[in-house]
Amino acid sequence: MSLAQAALIAVLFSVGTFLVLHRSLTRIILGVGLLGNGVNLLILTSGSVPGDAPILGEGATDLTDPVPQALVLTAIVIGLAIVAFLLSMAYRSWTIDGNDVVEDDLSDRRIAAEPDVAEDFGEET
Amino acid sequence: MTGGLALFVAAPLAGTALCFVAARSRTLQRSVALVVAVGVTVASIALLVHVDTVGPVTTSMGGWPDAISITFVADRLGALMLVIGNVMMLAVLVYAIGQGSRDEQSPWYAPAYLALIAGVSGAFLAGDLFNLFVCFEILLMASYVLLTLEGSDDQIRSGTTYVVLNVVESLVLVTGVALVFATTGTLSMAELPERLAALPDGVALGLSLLLLVAFGLKAAVFPLFSWLPDSYPAAPSPVSAVFAGLLTKVGVYAILRTQTQWFPDSNRTLLLVVAAATMVVGVVGAIAQADVKRILSFHIVSQIGYMIAGIALGGVAAVAAVVFYVVHHIPVKTSLFLVDGIVEQDEGTSALDRLSGLARRSGLLAVLFLVPALSLAGLPPFSGFIGKLGVVTVGLDQGEWWIVAVALVVSILTLVSMMKIWTGAFWGAAPDTDRDGVLRHHPLMAAVTWFVVALTLAVALFAGPIYGFAERTAADLEPVAATPSGGGAP
Repeated sequence: MSLAQAALIAVLFSVGTFLVLHRSLTRIILGVGLLGNGVNLLILTSGSVPGDAPILGEGATDLTDPVPQALVLTAIVIGLAIVAFLLSMAYRSWTIDGNDVVEDDLSDRRIAAEPDVAEDFGEET
Repeated sequence: MTGGLALFVAAPLAGTALCFVAARSRTLQRSVALVVAVGVTVASIALLVHVDTVGPVTTSMGGWPDAISITFVADRLGALMLVIGNVMMLAVLVYAIGQGSRDEQSPWYAPAYLALIAGVSGAFLAGDLFNLFVCFEILLMASYVLLTLEGSDDQIRSGTTYVVLNVVESLVLVTGVALVFATTGTLSMAELPERLAALPDGVALGLSLLLLVAFGLKAAVFPLFSWLPDSYPAAPSPVSAVFAGLLTKVGVYAILRTQTQWFPDSNRTLLLVVAAATMVVGVVGAIAQADVKRILSFHIVSQIGYMIAGIALGGVAAVAAVVFYVVHHIPVKTSLFLVDGIVEQDEGTSALDRLSGLARRSGLLAVLFLVPALSLAGLPPFSGFIGKLGVVTVGLDQGEWWIVAVALVVSILTLVSMMKIWTGAFWGAAPDTDRDGVLRHHPLMAAVTWFVVALTLAVALFAGPIYGFAERTAADLEPVAATPSGGGAP
């Protein structure tokens, strides 16, 4: 694994993590995409020499392990399906209430609305 | 039957495809789903008998050597989980057909349900780590669809939490897969224990923690459980019954495999603390809730704690106790959700303050609730007692008295919260409505619930043979190197 690859994976992971932590579903989707790419690159670099062909070619002496490449192919397809599903869910959320912000749990909201809890947290008036 | 294991995944997936083609006809979809579910269930029972008498079965796809092919392996643990999983999913399928809710009428219900069967079966039979990941994805994808089928505000809100957390879990898992492959050069479950044992301690610890986080999120253990009580109640009753019974247990199954076979003797203290926290937080959360489905959802978390405690204790006796616990837990939890489904069908709600006097209107339903409820709390004649007794005995044998104390206190608190449902929904005067006597629901729903409750009683009745099988399973899972327990790595 070269340093450039490692750095790229690190950047993808960190930016992806940052985006996933947001409340807007659109940003989460972008984050999931970036994280997915980071993971795919990580699989690709596991156990293979970058640049070599994964097949026993004529004359070529070096060969990389083809297994990670097969794994990555599967992982990419799964990632595609996940992002497609998340996008449709974000769209549905947008058609229901005009935004795609992930709301609090119902019972969390119920508890937060109870008078004594609101006092404890110094509810602004 | 050497080539047949793939059929447990292929047949439901073929059924999914057929159901898509037959999207116009509910009857055709239901028949396809039923035929496939019955076939897979019967085949899995045959497989369990075969595995127990003859030995493990392995299928390698496409004739490739084991190390690089897609393999399915059925050992005792896998086959046992497969049987319970398929029986439960068949039962819930029949229940859902009886209920005929709006979700079940959707043309996408049957295909998604069959895909769920494929994913769950595949996860129990997966012979390599990547295969396990792919099967997890199949079952998760199907569960996303089932959870948000209606597309209502509530489902989308809780579905988002569920989907995003599980997507992140998948990414953590696949990162773990990549790193395991990078460090050991194999993903085959048969070869991994040896290769992982050869790794430096620090690397092995990192890998085990990474996998533990991924599977722990799926199993809803203590710091990673918050998605569960919010998302499961939003699903339609039959769906939440099968999720509650099975999906978290797939995570427990994966933890059981990785901790006992791949990383023996590591993370014990961590797992014990996590198990205790999971039990306590789950049951305290359950007591605080005011809705039947939410109480039951928190109980899933609490019960997972017992299984993790058994895994953490380690050794043949503890693993046998865990296997028995899982066998007992799946039908008990499913039946509780099925009873709730009947209540909700009739009353239109599962909020405790709007339910009352159900026992007066249907004594049979009250019995159907009471048997699994007492079993979950661990009262003596029922299966839960034997499961808890197993875990507690091992805890005492190993001198971990504090986990025993926590387990017993949580058991009492479980009873308290079950009594909360009992007094809130079943006892008391019937509300003054124009409704007469018996609760109205489809006879199939009641029949299936009776069947599952009978199954929980059967687990208690045949506890001897089942425990014997669990012990054989646990002996299979012991690391082959046969190092005396307690002798850690140098």
